[in-house]
Amino acid sequence: MARAYQPMTERDKPDSLRDLDDRLRRLREREGSGRAGPNRGGASNSDFGRAMRVGVELVAALLVGGVIGWLLDRWLGTAPWLLVVFFLVGAAAGMLNVYRTMSGIGHAVGYPARLPREDENKPDA
Amino acid sequence: MADDAHHGPLSQFEIKELVPIKLGGADLSFTNSSLMMVIAVACITVFLVMGMRKHALVPGRWQSMVEMSYEFIANLLRDTIGSDGRRYFPFVFTLFMFILFGNMLGMVPYSFTFTSHIAVTFAMATVVFVGVTILGFAKHGIRFFSFFVPPGVSVALWPLLIPIEIISYLSRPISLSVRLFANMLAGHTLLKVFAGFVFVLGPAGVVPFFFVTALTGLEIVIAGLQAYVFAILTCMYISDALHLH
Repeated sequence: MARAYQPMTERDKPDSLRDLDDRLRRLREREGSGRAGPNRGGASNSDFGRAMRVGVELVAALLVGGVIGWLLDRWLGTAPWLLVVFFLVGAAAGMLNVYRTMSGIGHAVGYPARLPREDENKPDA
Repeated sequence: MADDAHHGPLSQFEIKELVPIKLGGADLSFTNSSLMMVIAVACITVFLVMGMRKHALVPGRWQSMVEMSYEFIANLLRDTIGSDGRRYFPFVFTLFMFILFGNMLGMVPYSFTFTSHIAVTFAMATVVFVGVTILGFAKHGIRFFSFFVPPGVSVALWPLLIPIEIISYLSRPISLSVRLFANMLAGHTLLKVFAGFVFVLGPAGVVPFFFVTALTGLEIVIAGLQAYVFAILTCMYISDALHLH
C-alpha cells in the first residue's frame, strides 16, 4: 500500500483528468492562434454607434482640410487658392473615412496590404 | 419663473469657479468641472478597491461588476490589437472608466457633465493621438511614414493621395473628441428642454414627462456607448501604430 503516500504525478492521473488536460491544451492552442492577429474593425458590432460615427468623420476631415488650407494661405499669401484645394482634399479624406468606417476595414489610415479573406474572421463585413 | 434666463437648458454647462487660482497669466482655477473629475476618480477608486477587497474565488455582486469591467476591456484589447495589446490595458482601462463615470455621474440631477465640454474631450483625444503617433515612431522609426503611402498605387498619384491620407490621420483626434462631446451636449440639452415643457404645459405635461423618462433611459445607454466607442477607437489607433497595416 505504499502507493497511497506517493505524490500524484503525471503518470498516476486518472484517465478523466488527463483527458481534461488534453482538451484544455487543445482549446488554448486554438484560442491562441485565433486571437493572435488583430481583428480590424470587426469588434464594433453596434450599428447605432457606427451610424453616429459617420457624420462626425465626414465633418472632422473637412474641418482639418479647411484649417490647413487657411493657415497655408495666410502663411504663403495665396488666398484663397490653397483653401479651396485643401477643402476639396479634406472632403475626399472625409469620404475615405466614412468608407473605411462603413466597410469595416477599420478606422485605419492607409490600406491593409491585401486583406486575407479566409482568416479575416469578420462577421459584419 | 422670473429668473428664467439663468436656468435655460444650457445653464447646466456653465463653468463656475470654486477656488480661483491664478498662476502667472494662466487661469488654473478649481471649477465645478474639476470637482466632478475628482468625484469621478474617487468613485472609480472606491468602486474598484472596495469591490476587490474580499477578492473571493466566487465573486459577489459588487466584485462581479468590477471583474466584468476588467474583462470587458481586456477582451476589447485582445480582439482589436491581439495578444501584444495587453501592455496597453492600464491606459485604455483608465480612459474607459474615467469617461464612463463622467458620463454616468452627469446623469445625476444637479451634477455637471465634464465630458460635455470639448476642452476636456479634446484634451483626452490629443493625449491618445500624440501617444499613438509617438508609439508608431518608436516602434517603426522612419518606416512609420509608409503608413501614409497606399500600397500598389503608381507614384504619379502619390501627390494626391498622401495629403488625403495625412488629413484623414489628422482628423482622428477631432472626430474622437467631437463625437463624445456632441453626444453628451445634445442629449443633456434635449433632456432639459423636454423637462421644461413638463411645467409649461400644465396637465398636458404628462406627455413630455413620459418622453423625458424614456430619454433618460436612452441617455444612460449613450453614456455607456460613448465610453465604449472612445475605448475601442483608442484600441484601433494603438493597433494601427503597432502593426501599420
